[in-house]
Amino acid sequence: MVKRLAILDANRCVGCQLCMLACSERLGYAGLTKSAIRIVTPGGVERGFTVIVCRACRDPPCARACPEAALKVRQGGGILLDPSKCIGCGHCVEACDIGAIRLDPETNKPITCIYCGYCAEFCPHGVIALEEVG
Amino acid sequence: MGRDWIRTLSRVLYIDLAKKSYWVENREDLFEEWLGGIGVAVKLYEEEVPRGADPLGPENAIIFSVGPLTTIYPMASKTIAAFKSPLNNYFAESHAGGRSASAIRFAGYGAIVIRNASERPVYLIIEPERVRFRDAGALWGVRSAETVGRILREVTGGAGVRSILRIGGAGERLVRYASVMVETFRHFGRMGLGAVFGSKKLKAVVIIAGKNFRIPKLKEYREIHREIYELTRGPGTKKYHDLGTAANIISLNVIGALPTRNFSSGRFEGAEEISGEKLAETMLARRVACVACPVACIHLAAIREEYEDEKFLYKTEFISYDYEPIYALGSNLGISDRFGLFKMLKAVEDWGLDAISTGVALAWATEALERGIISENETLLHLRWGDWKTYVEAIKNIVTQPNEFYQALALGVEEAAKKYGGEEFALAFNRVEPAGYVTGPLYFISLAVGSRHSHLDSGAYSMDQKLFSKGEKLPAPEEAVEKIAEEEAWRQVLNSLVICLFARAIYTPDNICNALNALDYDFTQDALRELGWKIYLEKQRIKREEGFRPTELRLPERIFQTPTPLGKISKEYIQRALETFEKIIGNST
Ligand code: SF4
Ligand code: SF4
Ligand code: SF4
Repeated sequence: MVKRLAILDANRCVGCQLCMLACSERLGYAGLTKSAIRIVTPGGVERGFTVIVCRACRDPPCARACPEAALKVRQGGGILLDPSKCIGCGHCVEACDIGAIRLDPETNKPITCIYCGYCAEFCPHGVIALEEVG
Repeated sequence: MGRDWIRTLSRVLYIDLAKKSYWVENREDLFEEWLGGIGVAVKLYEEEVPRGADPLGPENAIIFSVGPLTTIYPMASKTIAAFKSPLNNYFAESHAGGRSASAIRFAGYGAIVIRNASERPVYLIIEPERVRFRDAGALWGVRSAETVGRILREVTGGAGVRSILRIGGAGERLVRYASVMVETFRHFGRMGLGAVFGSKKLKAVVIIAGKNFRIPKLKEYREIHREIYELTRGPGTKKYHDLGTAANIISLNVIGALPTRNFSSGRFEGAEEISGEKLAETMLARRVACVACPVACIHLAAIREEYEDEKFLYKTEFISYDYEPIYALGSNLGISDRFGLFKMLKAVEDWGLDAISTGVALAWATEALERGIISENETLLHLRWGDWKTYVEAIKNIVTQPNEFYQALALGVEEAAKKYGGEEFALAFNRVEPAGYVTGPLYFISLAVGSRHSHLDSGAYSMDQKLFSKGEKLPAPEEAVEKIAEEEAWRQVLNSLVICLFARAIYTPDNICNALNALDYDFTQDALRELGWKIYLEKQRIKREEGFRPTELRLPERIFQTPTPLGKISKEYIQRALETFEKIIGNST
């Protein structure tokens, strides 16, 4: 079955960023800026945390914006990146209004969610979970 | 051992505020021998701060450090700040979490050294490959540390992966117990780091992460990481999540160990009203965690207040709370009005003061006024136990210092009492106002000899409580000293890694070795313990060279009068403990 990462309740988020650390560690890295999921506080901590991650759109604008067809639309929604085709132009970044894609300054390729759910394994407060898209 | 990990950690960023210059040095020598955190900070302090330095002069330095485990293991979430304290003139350290540790580590540094002083107000933006010196002319004079953060959030970039350290009015005015606010809800609270910032005309430091490091032994790492992660979610940390440290209000009050009205009693009749339970039920709005911490012990209260000049117009403010500020501004000042308590706490936060020192200073002033040692000519206000409105004014006066009395109070309770009298009830140990426990003699011994005069140096307040709950006899003073030193030495290891002390029962010599060795270290449990002692003695040596002698310490009479759960404290017992301590430390440093 096709899966995506769902945000169950952002209000329960405590901002520990264990999800971000896990997503980086999935690639063998210690760090925060290779993570496909981001936790930010646009209005300051008192307004709570915002969880930004790819929502696996059925009709992803990022893929449509890519001039090199490096982002393939996944069956059931979401995208798959073919890094060999990517030229690092950043059109996908501009196309995603929720800010779920960014270019990794170290590789100049987009950081995309692969819907693996590793981050959710380390969310202590049930904020995120892998769910099936049907 | 593989050197990649330690190499990434060993980069020390040096910043000179006078020359507006910066450079990075590889200090593998330090990080190899001293691990990180407090171990490395002590050595950098040795190198940077000459003996006899004026804490508020350009010769003082600000050192921040993190450690090998920083934020890649759960609850390894703290940053150490080391500097010479303007409150007591000795080597000092203060710890804070928030996002500071991850930001420093992933900006690519193991430590940051800030030297010298700027001529004009400045703030720093520290990124992986550069440091920007920004004119803080527009920020200087913004008296609320909270507002400073709000402004910087908009202009510095790095949302989500940055840390913002800043001072409020108290730091600018050099109040000797001014704090540095971290994010909005954490602090380098104690020992006056805020005043050191102020003396250097340094309004804020923003640190932005951007680097990523290969984890050396990924398979081993994953195993031990998961093991520790599961432990941090176990029953041992639940209390910190549920009610937070505020749970202590009731548990200490029940046994008669909650400092009340300037430590004159261990029982507060209003404890119920300001208890962790009551606060959670009526005001708790959100829990927040430091980076990499599943526990989320940081509790935010929302207070809603109607404007005086317009009916039905309200403002809602968020204020973080913990046991220590509740004791210091609550029971210790006879405050049981929750709303009032939070107004005081908010004032302390905005001005950027240390809550403990502020509360203790005001408690002394209140008692001195009550006893007629000083008059309203000095205090300008009719300070009374429980009168929070007046205290809010007094808090402001500590910062704005409208007369000589408040100028003295801004130097700490010790200085104020020296000048005006009432030393018997001026609560300070080596000039540092104490955290809130009247648990018994071990706690006070540890305040006297602990390297930062903090309750967390050795956790002796909990040793007292254990003796009490088990109905055991006091150990001989010699034995007590040994126990306290042993615990404090071990905690140097945690503080070098740098692990939150709320995880002290989770991290054992065994799993720490495994955690380190997955990062290509080669540590044995004995080596860890030895290192703890080495760092501990190093700190004690420095303080000794700076003139500290435990037996010459002024002990406030008050602690021998107020009964504790373990009975009245005997002066002789404490004296013998301090003599023993001096002998041991004198011989080994
Ligand atoms: S689902 Fe996988 S790729 Fe997506 S954010 Fe979580 S860990 Fe990263
Ligand atoms: S792990 Fe969960 S609680 Fe922590 S920041 Fe991520 S979503 Fe929030
Ligand atoms: S327990 Fe509290 S102070 Fe310690 S790391 Fe977690 S949130 Fe931070």
